Amino acid sequence: MTGKSILSVRDLSIHIGAARPVDGISFDIAPGECFTLLGESGCGKSMTALGLMRLLPAAAQVAGGSITFDDRDLLALPEASMRGYRGGQLGMIFQEPATSLNPVLTVGRQIVEALELHSALRGTAARARAEDLLDQVGIPDPRRRLDEFPFQLSGGLRQRVMIAIALAGSPRLLIADEPTTALDVTIQAQVLDLLDELRHKQDMALLLITHDLGVVARMADRIGVMYAGQLVEEAPRREFFAQPAHPYSVRLFAALPDSERRGGRLATIPGSVPAAEIRHPGCRFADRCGEAVLVCAATPPPWREIAPGQRVRCHLPGAAPAVLPGVGGGDTAPSSDSRPLLEVSDLQVHFPIRRGILQRVVGAVRAVDGMSLQLMPGRTLALVGESGCGKTTAGKAMLQLLRPTAGNVRLDGVELTTRSAGELRPLRAKMQMVFQDPFASLNPRLRIGDIIAEGMLALGTGGKAGSGSDHATAATVGPLLEQVGLRADMVSRYPHEFSGGQRQRIAIARARAVHPQLLICDEPTSALDVSVQAQILNLLSDLQRELRLAYLFITHNIAVVDYLAHDVAVMYLGRVVESGSADDVLRSPRHPYTRALLAAVPRVDGVRGDAQKLAGDMPSPVKPPSGCHFHPRCPLADEACRRRYPEETRFGATHVVRCFKA
Amino acid sequence: MSFQVVFLWSDVLLFVLIAAIVALILWARRQDALRAAWGRVARDGMAMAAATVLAAFVIIGLLDSLHYRPRLDARPGEPVRYAVEVHSALDALLSDLRQRSEKTYSAPLATHLFAKEALENSTQREFPRLKHGGTHLGADLANHEFDIALRVSRGCAGGVALWLLLTTLWCRLKGLELLAVLAAMKPGADLKVGAGDTAIGAEKNVATGAVFVTLLAILLLLGIAVALGGGYHVFGTDKVGQDVLYLSLKSIRTGLLIGTLTTLVMLPLAVLLGILAGYVGGWVDDVIQYLYTTLSSIPGVLLIAAAVLMMQVIIDTHPDWFATSAERADARLLALCLILGMTSWTGVARLLRGETLKLRELEFVQAAQAFGVGRFAIMRRHILPNLMHIVLIALVMDFSGLVLAEAVLSYVGVGVDPTTISFGTMINTARMELAREPMVWWSLAAAFTFMFALVLAANLFADAVRDAFDPRSSA
Amino acid sequence: MLAYVIRRLLYAIPILIGVNLLTFALFFVVNTPDDMARMQLGVKRVTPDAIQKWKAERGYDKPLVWNAAAAGTAAVTDTIFFSKSVRMFAADFGRADDGRDIAREIATRMGPSLAIAVPTFVLGLFVAIAFALLLVFFRATTLDFTGVVLCVAMMSISGLFYIIGGQWLVSKVWHLAPISGYSGGLDAGKFLILPVIIGVIGGIGSSPRWYRTIFLEEITRDYVRTARAKGLPERVVLFRHVLRNALIPILTGVVVVIPTLFMGSLLTESFFGIPGLGSYTIDAINAQDFAVVRSMVFIGSVLYIVGLLLTDISYTLADPRVRLQ
Repeated sequence: MTGKSILSVRDLSIHIGAARPVDGISFDIAPGECFTLLGESGCGKSMTALGLMRLLPAAAQVAGGSITFDDRDLLALPEASMRGYRGGQLGMIFQEPATSLNPVLTVGRQIVEALELHSALRGTAARARAEDLLDQVGIPDPRRRLDEFPFQLSGGLRQRVMIAIALAGSPRLLIADEPTTALDVTIQAQVLDLLDELRHKQDMALLLITHDLGVVARMADRIGVMYAGQLVEEAPRREFFAQPAHPYSVRLFAALPDSERRGGRLATIPGSVPAAEIRHPGCRFADRCGEAVLVCAATPPPWREIAPGQRVRCHLPGAAPAVLPGVGGGDTAPSSDSRPLLEVSDLQVHFPIRRGILQRVVGAVRAVDGMSLQLMPGRTLALVGESGCGKTTAGKAMLQLLRPTAGNVRLDGVELTTRSAGELRPLRAKMQMVFQDPFASLNPRLRIGDIIAEGMLALGTGGKAGSGSDHATAATVGPLLEQVGLRADMVSRYPHEFSGGQRQRIAIARARAVHPQLLICDEPTSALDVSVQAQILNLLSDLQRELRLAYLFITHNIAVVDYLAHDVAVMYLGRVVESGSADDVLRSPRHPYTRALLAAVPRVDGVRGDAQKLAGDMPSPVKPPSGCHFHPRCPLADEACRRRYPEETRFGATHVVRCFKA
Repeated sequence: MSFQVVFLWSDVLLFVLIAAIVALILWARRQDALRAAWGRVARDGMAMAAATVLAAFVIIGLLDSLHYRPRLDARPGEPVRYAVEVHSALDALLSDLRQRSEKTYSAPLATHLFAKEALENSTQREFPRLKHGGTHLGADLANHEFDIALRVSRGCAGGVALWLLLTTLWCRLKGLELLAVLAAMKPGADLKVGAGDTAIGAEKNVATGAVFVTLLAILLLLGIAVALGGGYHVFGTDKVGQDVLYLSLKSIRTGLLIGTLTTLVMLPLAVLLGILAGYVGGWVDDVIQYLYTTLSSIPGVLLIAAAVLMMQVIIDTHPDWFATSAERADARLLALCLILGMTSWTGVARLLRGETLKLRELEFVQAAQAFGVGRFAIMRRHILPNLMHIVLIALVMDFSGLVLAEAVLSYVGVGVDPTTISFGTMINTARMELAREPMVWWSLAAAFTFMFALVLAANLFADAVRDAFDPRSSA
Repeated sequence: MLAYVIRRLLYAIPILIGVNLLTFALFFVVNTPDDMARMQLGVKRVTPDAIQKWKAERGYDKPLVWNAAAAGTAAVTDTIFFSKSVRMFAADFGRADDGRDIAREIATRMGPSLAIAVPTFVLGLFVAIAFALLLVFFRATTLDFTGVVLCVAMMSISGLFYIIGGQWLVSKVWHLAPISGYSGGLDAGKFLILPVIIGVIGGIGSSPRWYRTIFLEEITRDYVRTARAKGLPERVVLFRHVLRNALIPILTGVVVVIPTLFMGSLLTESFFGIPGLGSYTIDAINAQDFAVVRSMVFIGSVLYIVGLLLTDISYTLADPRVRLQ
């Protein structure tokens, strides 16, 4: 630590009734430093941030400790003087740019409001300064944007506006609570760059709260790892990434999917983060820690310094093993010379836009606009793209949950698009889907047994269909639950008794129950923490190995793709722009979009991609740009790109790119 | 048999409703989420106190729904004939109150009529003695106040005794201690008695103390009313000398019927159309939306007025349809429920449509679609159960509004049959006398008090139910 | 935006036709004019002649929808449906039983109705929002709790009680205002004060409670947290940020009733003897004057549909997300 700290937190505890979401944490932030609080959901990191701002929800209260900012104890200040710090000395930005701005006030009004509060600027001077701020955070055409409403801006621009508001008081510490979690990777890269640049230019300290090790590697000077309301490790970036010391930190790294762990199993952390109501006599991580010894469960571990600046709260001597052994498995992908299981050609899904007095169709949202792909039995095809590119719509259209506007979908050689709902029914056992939101995908009013049996009964695949007798389903549902790692006696429970990861297991069991050959997984792990994600990914690869399932894996997470996909298709604005084997696409990307996408992913090893960062946002699928959809954001675009959509160019057996410059 | 049982249509429907509620409770006990929500209601002291008051009203209403026609005295050999008048079990219990009518107005607990009259063989005008109220006093009127005090204390004693009997019996049954139950009412206190007993675990979650205290209040009032009612008109008498307490008690059934049957009548339609419109969409949605927009665009009171006027024409031009005047009044009551229901289903249907639209997009519905589960099966298994809390909230929230509406409609002249005793008809006849000097206030006061107690209890209970079931308000 | 308004206007046409058909069916199909005559003249002592005369006086002696005896367009126009229902679109409501022209009667009675309904509405809305804001500002305190309990209690009291009790207390006991009556011009003020106050008090129960829930829901939103993070005082957060957003749902509930203010209030007008449309309707219901009730049903729905239209427009004005898309 260099010099005097600007923020110093000592033994901060926050209680909500009997729960202790923050239970005695201490850390310091030096001026201009970026300190990162890293942790999974429910570990208390957001509560800490709100506590610093004294913006806790009504039920929560600071139970002890001190927060010293610039030699003043913030907790001792009367509310009126605290308001001077809030938004003045301390700025804060939040996770959801979509909801964090007032929808009925203009952007300018919301910035000027903060300026009037923390500076002497009024009227046109304030407005000019607001324009200045928008310019500083990289918003093009700031004068026009001042009079716009938040809904007229894209997610990335909204987060920039949030930053501009936070900057209005010229804060000396900016608290950023998961500022890029709701954004796409290319936009995330832009916002992280902006935060970094502002920090250096304005000598502003940054408290960054995140669950993403990649973001930490990109941004942090120092890191604090939070677990169950406490800090368990504190370290400078270099030391932390070279040698994480706490068993929990080590496991977080080991649970990360990437290409090196391909075909193997990911390390998982058994169980889940303990509820905040639970009191711990010893180490909070003891019951999930593989190395725990007797003393771990009995006495709370003291802080121990193991390297300059690196402290850890663990009883175990020395650093924990750096690498956990993965279970070798080897690549199980069958050869690709058999007939494709799923064949999609020129698929289109357009949603009509109606306007005017008579509600005539004046245009269409071209969500999917002519995509083609093939999936071989037993293989995994990852469909990659940013939000709004049409990947989820495409997945639903393949299952005929949405009827395609045009194009063909053939499953095992059978054309699906021309079949009626009744004719499709017998085919539905072959193809199933696992959804993104584990909380919305299970009917809260049905028991687990009924949820899993539903497909079997509807499709008549559960043996004695139609009888629907309890013992018949119990006999089949029990083993299914055990197969996905749950207990057979859970059949009579309701979904609310399960955690997100467990619910996703149930959803997989439900799909698995009808013996499908194709499973479309729509971002099945994006709502889960890293350690839980690893459990689900392991489960999916086990099932594939045992049952020769084919997966269409829809995701935006490149690391997951790298870990489990055999083939990759990259989507941009309704079309596949590049496809091929995972090695081809991820190791030698040809399309400029693919390159930019890969470069934007923050890497745990801290290596920055040298490819050019993407500017701007994805255009609206209502009016896709002429020619190549990507040309407005493409550094290589020329006249030909503006005029014509590029044809497929083949590189090797499977690698297909739609770009003139490839 | 000395009487003939009469089933009025409203009685049948009321008992069907009770049976449905019992069935629903049995079903809800097996549903985790529902049991948890009801558990929240049961732990809420205010809600349970309100529920106790409601239960008292319901008991009176149910007693008043067991109808019969007494047999007329007949010589042996003649065919058995029954009275034209239809009575209820409540009438039988209150036969004293019903039969002891005076000539005209008398104030509560009075011994004399309210208006002076020319006495026989006298030119002087005086307040005549009542035929029933206070007759036991004889000429010794100095004892009047003492007698009232005596009766009140006797009534209180009776109420407390009955309360002790009931609560002790209950506690004995459940293995609890009465004092402990009452002590547990203090905020934050838990009911800890005789650990290890399984019954306590269940009882602990119910605000039993609040129920007991409310019960005590009700029984005290009951005791006083019984003690005083034996010798006086507790709430006085109305224009034709009927006991106002009797009228108030009879009004309860009408209020309950209007509050519950109306919603019951409209619910199946509203649920069906709301879900169909939301889930099926397309032209079905268009038609249903058109239907309810059209119906709801007619101001409610006017549509009700028009429909009631027309219904009155039907009833009046077909006197032969009804055997007794009670049946005719009952038909009109039911028709009123039907009309009220037809005008109010639109709101619920609109609400359910909106909610169905949201549910339709949820992933568990899409998962079912991916299995090829049929439309109607999805609506029944996945949509309907997730809407039931809205239906329930609508049911309890509408109740109090309907009870209040009855009074207004009866005042406007499009409410229940004028011969049906209801809060509305009571107010309607009483307000004519407001201009009198001194004022005849007791009829109005009694009607408003009873109505207030019923509606307040219903509102408090409805609030608790909404808080427990609405996922938004739980935060 | 203009296209949107026009589309809503066009949509109102089939609804009005629906209302018209519905009233026609209710008044002439459910019961035949003969039935109505028999009921009004007394079921027992009624002669066919009397029925004929009753029908002829009101123009109910025509065929319902098709006049086979008439030639040309008269086959359609010389019917009850055309003369009684279709003509309502042209604001021709025919005559009441007392022989007066209903349209003219409505025009003269609208003034008193508005004189009482508008102040009640404006004042009531103001009081309700102010009360709700007060409760929200002191949320989770004893004041809030007491206020909510008060609301529930006031909601549980019959509207009739407020009127009867108010009349008794203010006029009979305190002699502060005339008990009932009405006169035109400035004199109207003294007759209006009591009904307006009673109307406002009677509304305190339900509206503030509803508004309070809207405010409380709005206060949990993320943008409120952002506003607080700027360092804005709670008062500014409430008035500048929360109120603006909460007004949108409140507006949709409130604007729709504005046109129906013309109809007046049934109870208030009849209790206070105000010669407005509300008391006109009540008198018609009591006298079983079908022509007047039919007209009021139609006018009521026209006004309601206008209200829906205004709601749509005000919504687009209040919410930039709707306005600018």
